[in-house]
Amino acid sequence: LTAGGGGNDVQWCFSQVKGAIDDDVAEADIISTVEFNHSGELLATGDKGGRVVIFQQETENKSQPQCRSEYNVYSTFQSHEPEFDYLKSLEIEEKINKIRWLPQKNAAQFLLSTNDKTIKLWKISERDKRPEGYNLKEEDGRYRDAATITTLRVPVFRPMDLMVEASPRRVFANAHTYHINSISVNSDNETYLSADDLRINLWHLEITDRSFNIVDIKPANMEELTEVITAAEFHPHQCNTFVYSSSKGTIRLCDMRASALCDKHSKLFEEPEDPSNRSFFSEIISSISDVKFSHNGRYMMTRDYLSVKIWDLNMENRPVETYQVHEYLRSKLCSLYENDCIFDKFECCWNGNDSVVMTGSYNNFFRMLDRTQRRDVTLEASRESCKPRQVLKPRRVCAGGKRKKDEISVDSLDFNKKILHTAWHPQENIIAVATTNNLYIFQEKVN
Amino acid sequence: MAGAEGDDSLYPIAVLIDELRNEDVQLRLNSIKKLSTIALALGVERTRTELLPFLTDTIYDEDEVLLALAEQLGSFTVLVGGPEFVHNLLPPLESLATVEETVVRDKAVESLRKISQEHSPVDLEVHFVPLVKRLASGDWFTSRTSACGLFSVCYPRVSSTVKAEIRQHFRTLCSDDTPMVRRAAASKLGEFAKVLELDYVKSDIIPLFTALASDEQDSVRLLAVEAGVSIATLLPQEDLEALVMPTLRQAAEDKSWRVRYMVADKFSELQKAVGPEITKTDLVPAFQNLLKDCEAEVRAAAANKVKVFCENLPEDSRETIIMTHILPCVKELVSDTNQHVKSALASVIMGLSTILGKDNTVEHLLPLFLVQLKDECPEVRLNIISNLDCVNEVIGIRQLSQSLLPAIVELAEDAKWRVRLAIIEYMPLLAGQLGVEFFDEKLNSLCMAWLIDHVFAIREAATCNLMKLVEKFGAEWAQNTIVPKVLGMANDSNYLHRMTTLFCINALSGVCGQEITTKHMLPVVLKMSTDQVANVRFNVARCLQKIGPVLDSSALQAEVKPVLEKLATDQDMDVKYFALEAISVLALA
Repeated sequence: LTAGGGGNDVQWCFSQVKGAIDDDVAEADIISTVEFNHSGELLATGDKGGRVVIFQQETENKSQPQCRSEYNVYSTFQSHEPEFDYLKSLEIEEKINKIRWLPQKNAAQFLLSTNDKTIKLWKISERDKRPEGYNLKEEDGRYRDAATITTLRVPVFRPMDLMVEASPRRVFANAHTYHINSISVNSDNETYLSADDLRINLWHLEITDRSFNIVDIKPANMEELTEVITAAEFHPHQCNTFVYSSSKGTIRLCDMRASALCDKHSKLFEEPEDPSNRSFFSEIISSISDVKFSHNGRYMMTRDYLSVKIWDLNMENRPVETYQVHEYLRSKLCSLYENDCIFDKFECCWNGNDSVVMTGSYNNFFRMLDRTQRRDVTLEASRESCKPRQVLKPRRVCAGGKRKKDEISVDSLDFNKKILHTAWHPQENIIAVATTNNLYIFQEKVN
Repeated sequence: MAGAEGDDSLYPIAVLIDELRNEDVQLRLNSIKKLSTIALALGVERTRTELLPFLTDTIYDEDEVLLALAEQLGSFTVLVGGPEFVHNLLPPLESLATVEETVVRDKAVESLRKISQEHSPVDLEVHFVPLVKRLASGDWFTSRTSACGLFSVCYPRVSSTVKAEIRQHFRTLCSDDTPMVRRAAASKLGEFAKVLELDYVKSDIIPLFTALASDEQDSVRLLAVEAGVSIATLLPQEDLEALVMPTLRQAAEDKSWRVRYMVADKFSELQKAVGPEITKTDLVPAFQNLLKDCEAEVRAAAANKVKVFCENLPEDSRETIIMTHILPCVKELVSDTNQHVKSALASVIMGLSTILGKDNTVEHLLPLFLVQLKDECPEVRLNIISNLDCVNEVIGIRQLSQSLLPAIVELAEDAKWRVRLAIIEYMPLLAGQLGVEFFDEKLNSLCMAWLIDHVFAIREAATCNLMKLVEKFGAEWAQNTIVPKVLGMANDSNYLHRMTTLFCINALSGVCGQEITTKHMLPVVLKMSTDQVANVRFNVARCLQKIGPVLDSSALQAEVKPVLEKLATDQDMDVKYFALEAISVLALA
């Protein structure tokens, strides 16, 4: 095992695929978020039907070393239900927008899940004992004659089959006027933030009846609105620092020590626009769809429509690295605008030691971008290559000119198959990639 | 009951035991709350061997059940056989001390602290201390946070070897990986320091305090501030400067406003702990900085402390310090950009006048009061008005009255009814301070205007206000000024205003006394019994019931009784009901 390492020297092979195989996709089954917990032992997905499914990594199988432990369903529960806001005559979808795991605090596991309006704290716990012994009835429920009771019986706990329970512990509601796009737990482990289009709120994990507004970019007159918040995240170690990205392609870093309301950022990360690339779509494609701090806290990564940028927190005027994700789409922006694909919100993630980043594309392609070797590779999550331990072959898209063998032409890409959500195991080379309604798990080939 | 042949007394207990595992949380909760009954029925032996093991495993239950259980176990010693067996309670409390809900954990720790006192010194070392150590080295932070609260209760009662171990465990927790445990340790640091020998406070606690006060997590640093205050009270004056002050000074200038806020919030305690000399040299400049802080939350917290801080300054230099150091900052706060800061200041600033005396108040404070009375934020004005009594004692209220009046009138007519309500509540106080003459001239008309406010809560408060005014100024004043106006409203075309007359009479009859009530009010009430609106009529009945005890019996028999009897035959159900009720209460039947 190269703990957390890996790059393009890693050969990725198929491990598992979850979800229905048929081509009819039920809307409710579309995966809307994927997230490993802090140890990587658990993997959670949320879907448009408001369900959360948690997979658990089976303990290592000693007899078959090359067959690494698989993820199997651990718990499934309905996190959110469709609701109706009677005051505003608005339907509130049950779709899970984000899941965030809390650092483990005792034998149970905790996660936050959110839809557009309401954040919930869930406890997932195991139970392997149950009480036995009644005074007034038999174990099967038949009542005993009360006259026969001559001594008292105290119930005793007996072992039983393992049962996993998910129970809602807190509901954080009524704090967002707009749609929640991000939640992020603070390194102090007692607070978290939730961001919607115009505001960011700070919550205490144990207090549901109040939250503090820490960012508010709503203009007094909504007609002057030029920018919305697209994502927000806390720094992994500095409890006072968080960033939020905007639809204008900027990232603001705020210091909560400076003041209670963080409407003045302490850093603004922005790359000057390249005038040669200026077009009608410039603003749309520069909108940031995801922002993630590296594990070590030194860098952050942003994803816009065509690229991934890595920023050093100490340098605001330009990113230290820029990776093109699917530059060949630049000539297609017009049709992507017409079919609304241009508004797709691709997410991105870091590997365990911050040396490789991953993000999705169309045609069920996803990209691995190696920072140390400056190399990148395109892989595909597909039913065709899902034999156990089958190595994934790199894919190439023909950007124009003559199409070589093995290359796919831009025109034959399927824009309905998109990979928006991916997750990387925090230590190992195991990745989870969500296609529309399937979850693919790939891992490093072990020789 | 069914169990005729069985032991009758067992049946209710059997039900309670079975309901310990009922599906319904309320029933489980009910059983847990009667745990002592169950234990009593089982006897000490079975409680120890069967009930407690069962309870130890019930940690899957709902928080409210666990909370009740944790609380019950704190007073369970007798039920397990007395102090000799108290350690049997440790396993269930230990498992409760590891659950994720803070309230449950805290309650379990509270119960553990309680029963620790019931352990003999030997049992404490044999049973209790090992439990604390287990919790302190537990895998999950929940158990380690619980351990933090248990060190101080066992430390004074154990041998010196164990004491050394306990100190070592506490040190370890202070540098725990998780901020949750460090927070728990920081919040118990002061308490732990109190039970330590002074030498160890200096050698052990001070380094821990210094480390926690410079923790990378804001939430840990701010808890260290409170610990610093407790530690400061333990140390001799000569050690404070070297051991505590550098850290506290640093906290007062922390980069994080939350830490500075904590310093401001604990400033009075801090002032008491460090004594007059350090207050003069250190706290005064620190306080000035907090009053000028860039974060409004900090300024507001500091502004709240202005009066107490000034009061507790050493007498010999109090006035100089206030005049040269504090007052300039206060002056700036009066025109602060943030209304919470201004209103925090307004709630205490009047208190400075008693400290500074007449001349200084007139010269320095009065202008500030006048500015605040004109503040755009009603809360600021209200806070000034509500504290007028402090100024009145020193300089008399006349100085203020010219500015006071417009402020009061404006609040009295504020568009927000809650603001109007707030000012009404201060009217009796103001009336007392300003005197009857000024009141009649300037404020009386306001009080009467509130009686016809369109919000009921205001009309109701206005009625109550009249009663308090009469209590202050006496019945004669009432008869000359307000009674005629109140009674005049009985002829108003709006039935709500006519009802207000009745409500006023309800409130005023008692304080105005028999003569005014019989002579002036009663005729009006009786006349209203023929009102065309049923609501007015039944309020006449209620009013008569209310003022009945004030009237003499001849008036009751001759005047009230016939009217009530007539109302009792009214067509309206409610009028009838209240008339009959009044007849029976007044015993006129």
